[in-house]
Amino acid sequence: MDGGGGGGGVGEELTAQETALYDRQIRVWGVDAQRRLSKSHVLVSGMTGSTVEFCKNIVLAGVGSLTLMDDRPVTENAIQANFLIPPDETKWEEGSIAKLCCDSLKEFNPMVYVSVEKGKGENALQSFKLCLRNQTERSDPSSFEEEFFDKFDAVVVSCCSLATKKEINNKCRRRPKRIAFYTVDCRGSCGEIFADLQNYAYVQEVIALPWRNLPRKVAKLYFAMRVIENFEESAGRKPGEISHSDLPNVLALQKQVCEAQSFNDSFIPASLLERLLMAGTEEYPPVCAILGGILGQEVIKGLSGKGDPFKNFFFFDTTDGKGVIEDITPATPPN
Amino acid sequence: MASERQMRAPKGAKVLMVGAGGIGCELLKTLALSGFDDIHVIDMDTIEVSNLNRQFLFRQSHVGQSKAKVARDAVLRFRPHINITSYHANVKDTKFNVDFFKQFKVVLNGLDNLDARRHVNRLCLAAEVPLIESGTTGFLGQVTVHVKGKTECYECQPKPTPKTYPVCTITSTPSKFVHCIVWAKELLFAKLFGNKDQDNDLNVRSTNSDSSVQPIEDVFERKSDEDCEQYVRKIYDHVFGYNIEVALANEETWKNRNKPRPIHIKDVLPQKLCEQNGNLEDRRVDSSMVSAMSSLGLKNPQEIWSLRDNTRVFLESLMLFIDKREKDVGNLVFDKDDQLAVEFVTAAANIRASSFGIPLHSLFEAKGMAGNIVHAVATTNAIIAGLIVIEAIKVLQNDSCNYRMTYCVEHPLRKMLLMPVEPFEPNKSCYVCSETPLLLEVDIHKSRLKDFVEKIVKRKLGMNCPLIMHGSNLIYEEGDDLEDDIAANYASNVEKLLAELPSPITSGTMLTVEDLQQELSCNINVKHREDFDEEKEPDRMVLSGWSPTSSKKDVEVTTNGGSTAPEATSNDKHANDIEVARAESGDSVGNKRKLSEISVQTPPQANDGITSKEMPAEVLENDDEDDVVMLDGGWQIGKKKKLT
Repeated sequence: MDGGGGGGGVGEELTAQETALYDRQIRVWGVDAQRRLSKSHVLVSGMTGSTVEFCKNIVLAGVGSLTLMDDRPVTENAIQANFLIPPDETKWEEGSIAKLCCDSLKEFNPMVYVSVEKGKGENALQSFKLCLRNQTERSDPSSFEEEFFDKFDAVVVSCCSLATKKEINNKCRRRPKRIAFYTVDCRGSCGEIFADLQNYAYVQEVIALPWRNLPRKVAKLYFAMRVIENFEESAGRKPGEISHSDLPNVLALQKQVCEAQSFNDSFIPASLLERLLMAGTEEYPPVCAILGGILGQEVIKGLSGKGDPFKNFFFFDTTDGKGVIEDITPATPPN
Repeated sequence: MASERQMRAPKGAKVLMVGAGGIGCELLKTLALSGFDDIHVIDMDTIEVSNLNRQFLFRQSHVGQSKAKVARDAVLRFRPHINITSYHANVKDTKFNVDFFKQFKVVLNGLDNLDARRHVNRLCLAAEVPLIESGTTGFLGQVTVHVKGKTECYECQPKPTPKTYPVCTITSTPSKFVHCIVWAKELLFAKLFGNKDQDNDLNVRSTNSDSSVQPIEDVFERKSDEDCEQYVRKIYDHVFGYNIEVALANEETWKNRNKPRPIHIKDVLPQKLCEQNGNLEDRRVDSSMVSAMSSLGLKNPQEIWSLRDNTRVFLESLMLFIDKREKDVGNLVFDKDDQLAVEFVTAAANIRASSFGIPLHSLFEAKGMAGNIVHAVATTNAIIAGLIVIEAIKVLQNDSCNYRMTYCVEHPLRKMLLMPVEPFEPNKSCYVCSETPLLLEVDIHKSRLKDFVEKIVKRKLGMNCPLIMHGSNLIYEEGDDLEDDIAANYASNVEKLLAELPSPITSGTMLTVEDLQQELSCNINVKHREDFDEEKEPDRMVLSGWSPTSSKKDVEVTTNGGSTAPEATSNDKHANDIEVARAESGDSVGNKRKLSEISVQTPPQANDGITSKEMPAEVLENDDEDDVVMLDGGWQIGKKKKLT
């Protein structure tokens, strides 16, 4: 454990306080990994049940800093799977979801710097009032200059449109430094994580892959999530702004997409699409815990350089209880 | 799904959580978010600093307070309208009896020791309440469902027993660093600071020494006029020099082994500490948190000290004990949270390792081994808690064909990080959930009733408050409310040899052993046997019928730290380890495609030999994607069938 070695820019020793607090996890990933973690900066956009779980995990683990973005005001619906915000309506007026989550997360670990980033161009109050008027609208970092992302080592987005995901992913990609990009979404009792550590494919490349070329037995949830995402985009819906009544249209879209891809549409069970539609914006808390846990581990692996991050999708479905990794990348990776 | 049914099932269902630690904090949060509104939680522990990196309901300001109580208050902050009842108590307390357990729809375990797990398993069986059991180590974890009559109980499969080492490996022929740790902690530390009346094997030789070594004066006794540093240097020479020389005299032992090197204080540290380091007087400035590291200016617990530094720490820590902890000496038991004890054990183990040519280790690593510290991260606990809630809701919905045990693994197996497996049927030869008699081989003319009670009934069978019957004769019983004359009768019985009891035990006798609290009763057939292997069967008793037949219990590796039921016998944190159980698919032969290997390993940081566990198993690849994974291969109990 002599200093100087392969650590690469992780000089200083941990303090006695850090050693005592992180004792049990240092036994899992080592001191060097802990040092690298404590020098890393993470951005989370969209405070959902899954990202709240994720934030808890990396704050406890001792990441350097965590920046939260979510200008929406607190509503009952917005905190159904959120344990950071008490159901006290008088408190809800004190700030956005991100602000209230931030206040709570700060207490988890005084050694981690937790802050809130507001939407672009607005001062805090304006942005907040704007959101109050238009409850579901929320700013995300997709409109920020590329340089904004240089502050971070990992960016996690949740509950935003496919277009926004692509935009943020591309901005991270274009920076000279490596900025890992993740998405996490829970729809009812199903969940999905995507990871781009910039050594394989972008969201947009992955999404564009012809389905019939994918490995046999790719999780059905992959296709179902793409159909739903597609539907939301084409119908101009916000993420989760869907219901069972959309089923006929979704089935029609599924047929159309499958035909275009020469893909057997019976592979995507209608019952699965139905479940995703019925879930709407609901998140099943046990699934949030699982997604936040898996994502937490992946981000810690990525930031600390300890362990092998998975490539590049994770799926969980309560119905079969499997947590599956899928490698969905172009046959010949770019560059 | 996601569904109203799932969200509705928890409403009004009274559930019991045992343990409010790593898994417990996550579980209580996820239960509350998932709609559970009547949760009872038992934990006897108080909060420690090393909990705070993962037990997120606790803060620095809560250190020292009841986990169950603080966890309850924290969860009520975000779900104020639900009922949470906390008990700062040991789950083995008699007030948590079968009637107490009967009020719950399901019991959820988030425990850290085998002893308490076995106890809860028995109460759940007696009360006929389903149990969901869980455990994590590093990135590994598992959740299992136990429903009486439907799935196997927690004890249907033998559990990994605490790691033990043969006496002579520890006293004479260590080959791994952990052997040196056990020697330093169980023998040397116990000899110097523990109860003087305890047996101690510190001077046991590997073979009968017919050499002319006669018991010398007790070097461990400090003479009244002896200077403190003089005394500790004498101890050093005795244990690292003289004892090794004596061992070397026995040529036979070293024929196929590397000879150890005696280490004498004059070669390592010719000068006294106080002569070479003026600052040392500083330590006499009183402090309750005495530490040899700080008085010697050693800062980094990750650093591997030289033999010289280890020697300095050894001497200094021993002197600090004598000087500053005088009142503790004589009744100390090694505690991983006792800094000075960890320093002493690290230094002693390293000096011994040096003597035997074994690589030295840092204090951080030595502490992990000596304390059997379980590697723990928040993420795994969160995932496992999520899986527990999913199973709990199935139990409430009585959805028994969808019960799953789930393994959380570090590297994907068949693309899976979370791997569900169908639960197994109860093991028909399980002495806990079936009524299968056990077989005890014992020398009835040499073993006393006391040995049977302590080593078999309590340690092996995990009974808390036993009662023993021979036919209709009650020969032994424990409890607070015994009449004096009866208690006196039992007290005289326990000292008797089995063959000399008022109703003598002979070969062929059947004994009935009961624990009224656990509502567990089992029959034991006795078979007389005279020859036992001293090394492998030191108890001179062999219990079979359910557990592994080879049990080497020589030097026990005891652990410390909080647990929900600390007992002399609860010395395993290994119960947290993953067992990727192996089972046989009951029906399918045709769809067997490919055999691969599962290998569950502990994280790379795992300490040598302490928790690393590799369990090969064969995976049955299944054609139909929606099938659960079935693992193949027989456990020693024989074939198990899938639950259908």
